[in-house]
Amino acid sequence: MTRLFAKSANPFRLSLGVKLISYAILLFWTFVVLFPLYWLFVTSFKLPIDVSEGPKYVPTVDFQPSLHAWQGMLGSTDSANIFWRPYGMTIIVGVTSAVVALIIGSGAAYALTRFEYHPKPALIFTFIVCGALAAVLIALKVPWLVAVAVGVAIFFLLAQGIGRRFKGTMGNSDIAFWLISQRILPPVTVIIPIYILFQQFGMLDTPQALIIAYCAANLPIVIWFMRDYFQSIPVELEESAFIDGASRFKAFHRIVLPLSMPGLIATFLIVLVFSWNEYTMALFLSGARTQTMPLLVSAQNATRGPQWWNISVLVLLMVSPLVLMAVVLERYIAKGLLIGAVKG
Amino acid sequence: METIDRGVVLSSAASQTRNKRAPGIRADNTAKFVFLMPTVLIILLLSIFPLVSSLLLSFSRVNFVRGGLDIQFVGFANYEKLLFGSGQRHFIGSLQAPSLIGWIFMLLASGLMLYWLVRYAQSRERRVVGAFFRLLAAIITLGLCWIVVATLGDRGVPGTLVVTLIFVFVGVSMQYLIGLGLALLLVQDLPGKRFFRVIFLLPMTITPVGIGFLFRMMTDTSVGPFAPAWVAFGLKDFSWVDTGSGARVAVLIGDIWQWIPFMFIVLLAALEGIAQDQVEAARVDGANRLQMFRHIVLPQIAPVSLTVILIRLIEAFKIIDMPRLLTGGGPGTATESMALHAYNEWRSPNLGGSAALSYLLLFVVTFVATMFVNTVRQKIVERL
Repeated sequence: MTRLFAKSANPFRLSLGVKLISYAILLFWTFVVLFPLYWLFVTSFKLPIDVSEGPKYVPTVDFQPSLHAWQGMLGSTDSANIFWRPYGMTIIVGVTSAVVALIIGSGAAYALTRFEYHPKPALIFTFIVCGALAAVLIALKVPWLVAVAVGVAIFFLLAQGIGRRFKGTMGNSDIAFWLISQRILPPVTVIIPIYILFQQFGMLDTPQALIIAYCAANLPIVIWFMRDYFQSIPVELEESAFIDGASRFKAFHRIVLPLSMPGLIATFLIVLVFSWNEYTMALFLSGARTQTMPLLVSAQNATRGPQWWNISVLVLLMVSPLVLMAVVLERYIAKGLLIGAVKG
Repeated sequence: METIDRGVVLSSAASQTRNKRAPGIRADNTAKFVFLMPTVLIILLLSIFPLVSSLLLSFSRVNFVRGGLDIQFVGFANYEKLLFGSGQRHFIGSLQAPSLIGWIFMLLASGLMLYWLVRYAQSRERRVVGAFFRLLAAIITLGLCWIVVATLGDRGVPGTLVVTLIFVFVGVSMQYLIGLGLALLLVQDLPGKRFFRVIFLLPMTITPVGIGFLFRMMTDTSVGPFAPAWVAFGLKDFSWVDTGSGARVAVLIGDIWQWIPFMFIVLLAALEGIAQDQVEAARVDGANRLQMFRHIVLPQIAPVSLTVILIRLIEAFKIIDMPRLLTGGGPGTATESMALHAYNEWRSPNLGGSAALSYLLLFVVTFVATMFVNTVRQKIVERL
C-alpha cells in the first residue's frame, strides 16, 4: 500500500492533521454522494402533498411515511403493465445484450491478440461504396433483397481486380483502432438509419432490435478491455494444449476464458450498466411493448408535473441490483477500467 | 491491484512470432475467421452502414409517406441552413462583439496556434501535408474559439454547439480534478478506505434519466431540500434554473456528480500501481509533497489520466438525457446540447436536418479528440 503523502517521522503513520483533514473531506464527499440518494429514498415514501408543501427531511418526524407510491408501482392489479413488464424487459435486454456482446467481442479480442490479419483498405473501401450503393437503391424504392444482391455482386466483381492491383495492407492494431473508434459515434448519428433499417424489417418495438443495437454499441468496449486481458495470458499455456491435440476453440474455451474470468466479470458489469441505463437508442427503437426502465422513469413526467414519488421508487428499484453487484465486485471494476485506460 | 507482468506480455509477444513458423501448430484459418467475423459483420451492419446512410440522409429531405419514406436529394441545403441560414441562431447562436475577456482569450488562442505552427515549421520532421493539416486544424480551432467568445459576450446568445462545448470542457475538467483529489486522498493508508471507495462508486450506476430528475428535485428553490437556504437568502421565488447560466450549472452539477466515480476509480487504481521504490527514494531524499506529486506521481499517472480524459471527452459530447429531463433544453436553448438538438429535429420531423446536425456533432467530436491526442497528449507525454 502506498503512503505517498505521509511525511511523518514514522513512515507507517500518517500525521494526525493529515488524517483529520482527509477524513473531513472524505466525509463531506460521502455526504455529497449519499444525500441525493437519501432524498430519493425519503421521497419514495411521501404523499404528493408532502412534496408540494416544501422540503421535509425525516420520515415520521416531519411527515407521515406512506407506501402509496410503492403500492402503485408494485402492488396494484394492473402493476404488471406499469412496472413489471418494463423491469423484465430491461433485465432481458440488458443481460442478453451484455452476454452476446461479451461472447462475440471476446472472440474478436482473442483473435486480435493471437492471429495476424492483413485487411486491404482498397477492398474495405470498395465494400463500403457497394453498401452505400445498395442503400441508395433501397432509398430509390428498389426492393431491399434485390438491392443487397446487386451490392454484393458488384463488390465481388470489383474485388477480383482491386485485390490484385492495390497491395497496401493494414495490421491488427488498425483493426482494433477501427473497432474502438466506433465509440466516437454519437448514438444520434447512427440511430436514424438503424431506425429505418429495423422499420424495413418490421423489428421496431421488439426486444431483438434493442438487443442487437446495444450489442453493437457495447462491442468496442468489450474488445478494448478483453484484448489487453488476453495479451497478459501466456501463449505457452495454449501451445501445450495444442500439442495435446486441442483445437483453437477448445483452447480458447478451456484455458483462455477461465483464466480471464476477472476481466470478463469487470467487462460484463460495465457493459451491463451501459445497456441497463441506456436511454437515447431506446427512445428511438422501443414502443409500448418494449418500454425499458429509463423510458418508464422519464414517462413519469406527466402533464400534472413530475410524479416525484413514483420516480424515486423506480430509480431505487432500478439501481439496487446494480449497486449490489458494484459492492460485491468493486475490485474487478477498477481493474477492468484500468486495463482499458492504460492500453487504450 | 496487481500490475500486469511486463515479462509475461513480452514473452507472449515473442512466442507469438515463433508460433507462425513452428511446425505442428494446426492451420488456424477457420478459427481466424470465426472469431473475428461476427464482430466485423455487426459493426458493418450497425455502425458503418448507418454512418454512410446518415451521410446520405443529411444531404436529403425526408418525408414520411404511406408505406415508406420519400427521399429527395437537396445537396448541402441542410448544412447551409444550420451554419448560415434560419437554423444558425439555434445551432451556433447569435454572434455579437465579444467582451474584453473574450478578446483577451481570442488573442491568447491565436498566439498559441501561431506558436504551434511556427514550432512545426522549424522542426526537422516538417512535411507539406503535415503543415496543411496543422494549418487547417488551427483555423478550425480559432473558428470554434471565435464562436464561443462571440456568443458568450454581453449580448450574444450561445447556440447548441457552444452549449455542448461548455458541458464537455467544464464538465470533464471538473470531473478529472475532483476525481483525482479523491483518489489522492484514498490512496493513503486510512482505515475504512474500502467503504469510501464503494460509496464513491455509486453515482455511476444510476441511470442518467434518474439523475436528471434527482437533480431537478435537488435544485428546486421552493420544495427542494435546500429551500430553507434559498429562503434565508431571500431567493424563494427566484428559480435559478430559469436563468440560462443557472440552468447550465444545474446540468453540469448533475453530469459531474455522475461521472466523477469513473475518473476516481481509474485514477485510484493507477495511483496504487505506482512503483514504490521511487517513492521511497524521493522520501529519503527529503522531497516535499508537492515535489513528490510533480516529479513522481504525475509522470506515472499521466498516460492513464490522458486516456480517461479522452474517453470522457468522447462520451461527454453525446450528453442528452441530463438536459432533456433536468431542463428540457431550456430556458430557450440555454441547455440544449447538440445531441438533444438532433433529437428534437428528428421529432419535428426533420430527418435530413437531424442527420446533418449529428454529422456536425461527429465532426466536432472527431476534431476535438484528434487535436487532444495529437497535440495535448503528445506535448504532455514529451514533457514528463
